[in-house]
Amino acid sequence: MSILVDKHSRIVVQGITGRSGRFHTRQCREYGTSIVAGVTPGKGGIHIEGIPVFNTVAEAVRYTGANVSMIFVPPPCAADAIMEAIDAGIALAVCITEGIPIRDMVPVKAVLQGSATRLIGPNCPGIITPGECKVGIMPGHIHTPGKIGVVSRSGTLTYEAVKQLTDLGLGQSTCVGIGGDPIIGMNFIDVLTLFNQDPDTQAVFMIGEIGGGAEEAAAEWIRNNMKKPVASFIAGVTAPPGKRMGHAGAIITGGKGKAEDKIRILLECGVVVATSPTRMGEAMLDALKKPGKADARPTAKKAKK
Amino acid sequence: MNIHEYQAKEILGSYGIPIPRGLVALTSDQVERAAKMMGGRCVVKAQIYAGGRGKAGGVRLIHHPEEAQEYGKDLFGRTLVTKQTGPHGLKVRRILVEEAVEIAREFYLSITLDRESSRYILIASAEGGIDIEEVASKYPEKILTFTIDPFTGLRPYQARTIALALGLTGTICEDCVELILNLYRACLEKDCALIEINPLVVTKAGWLMAMDAKITFDDNAVYRHREYPDMVDYSQLDPLEINAAKYDLAYIKLSGTIGCLVNGAGLAMATLDVLKEYGGEPANFLDVGGGATREKVAEAFRIILQDGDVKGIFVNIFGGIMRCDVIAQGIIEAAGAVNCTLPIVVRMEGSQVEEGKKLLQESGLNVQIGRSLGDGAARIVQMLGQGVQ
Repeated sequence: MSILVDKHSRIVVQGITGRSGRFHTRQCREYGTSIVAGVTPGKGGIHIEGIPVFNTVAEAVRYTGANVSMIFVPPPCAADAIMEAIDAGIALAVCITEGIPIRDMVPVKAVLQGSATRLIGPNCPGIITPGECKVGIMPGHIHTPGKIGVVSRSGTLTYEAVKQLTDLGLGQSTCVGIGGDPIIGMNFIDVLTLFNQDPDTQAVFMIGEIGGGAEEAAAEWIRNNMKKPVASFIAGVTAPPGKRMGHAGAIITGGKGKAEDKIRILLECGVVVATSPTRMGEAMLDALKKPGKADARPTAKKAKK
Repeated sequence: MNIHEYQAKEILGSYGIPIPRGLVALTSDQVERAAKMMGGRCVVKAQIYAGGRGKAGGVRLIHHPEEAQEYGKDLFGRTLVTKQTGPHGLKVRRILVEEAVEIAREFYLSITLDRESSRYILIASAEGGIDIEEVASKYPEKILTFTIDPFTGLRPYQARTIALALGLTGTICEDCVELILNLYRACLEKDCALIEINPLVVTKAGWLMAMDAKITFDDNAVYRHREYPDMVDYSQLDPLEINAAKYDLAYIKLSGTIGCLVNGAGLAMATLDVLKEYGGEPANFLDVGGGATREKVAEAFRIILQDGDVKGIFVNIFGGIMRCDVIAQGIIEAAGAVNCTLPIVVRMEGSQVEEGKKLLQESGLNVQIGRSLGDGAARIVQMLGQGVQ
């Protein structure tokens, strides 16, 4: 089993006629994802890869019963595309688009909070339930069905983690890339909550990075609520302060958001933290071997300086 | 995207926020002339893309035009190292000469994005003119914050509550209400990630005035402001960073000797972490983006080769969808063009991995293949004779 997407999910692709929209539509479909519609304003009526294209998301939902949207709309129109998906009653919107202005995302987030729609991203690789449904740009073949839930702020680093898990025989229930932007839809806690409730997720691997306080908040939540083992890796231990390391969100300001603080709090909350990005899979194994959450603290690995 | 203090003040001024009279000088003679126009007594401020200038000797109250010229001459030759510049510091290329203002009280005022609430937040304090982060950590009760609802915007009564909380009364309080509302308007219309007045002062003559200002534009919104690219002072940026930005690559210079070419910011940070773990010192952070293409990889490779500090290169590409043989060709093309003899370790994941590896091994380059992240890092560190193992 899984969270958020499975073999019954019906996907509409917003921005299906663009270069990446079209390319990844094909990739997702080859993986087995059920893509039922595309949306590009002004191009309604045509077919792309045999998939019907509509002018609006509402139309696509009405005619195809789509319930998940994958968004490849370019930055100037992406916030509007998310709002359209919310308005059309889409249950899960996955926004891959990178580079949406803050001013556009602030109202999107506010609209989202009063709606029934969940948003993953923007600026994220998407979500995959191995063997069932891929909604995003991640390479499907490194994933394998199993019982580890993966949640991450990063893109390619998630692939690295997933590969290590797969190589150790640890399959994944669902992998969620929540995105690296300062304003995102679902956060760590939202995803952890779902993994906690999912009977087929046995443990969770969480990948964080420098900047913000999301990992700290997730750690506190894990200590108080999580019934399953959690292992983690935080990227950027050696990042110089004040530098913007690629992600708008990954900036250490005013002494806040340092990797070492995040690692310390995670360890205090009973999470096994990988001391190196080469040992993410092993950290997951360690967490699974731990007798119970109550015994977590004494056996937790020391964070590397 | 950062701009200078004088540019930030021009923007504030265009929103009706009072700013001191000032002139920007590019030479010490201009500093002198500007000082004369201010009547001799003035404040001379070095313009760099960093705060903490005062403590680094980049700001001075001047009493005579000659003194201004002398100080200007001194500043133009200098590299200021402040808390925010890093050890290399920033060269002074522009100087702001401003009228000296008699100050009665100082405040702090800014609007920025609050990541926790995903809303703009207004931050105010009656403790202005000093390091606000220090105030925030030592005396959090002295910092006022107000979260702005994106749908109602900032209302006058809310701005008044803030002005009153700062201890302002009467007409100055009402002036401050207008100033706060204008600041929010500027923040939105100019797509600011941060708009800050520190200090906002009440002058002895009873005026509100923005004595220092900082604006950071939201990089994602630069496309809708045609004038922004022209506002960049390239003297404040690393030339290689400028070059990389042209090709949409994220490049940051670091102090070591191993050039790193990685796709994706998280993986790039993890690559730096693992190199350090093996005892290597990264020379840079270069992110070619999650979906690296042959062109981007080749361009990134050229940029790395331009850095004289680079003694070896670690390529870590986790593609998946992209073809490794195509990436390999990009590397061979870029390295071959300059007869690169530096040790290179390539670690690739994706389709056609074997073809890619074969191409690299037959290329005649001084290249090794990393089987995994750890193996690749260990190899490049070993090839350079660095490391602790």
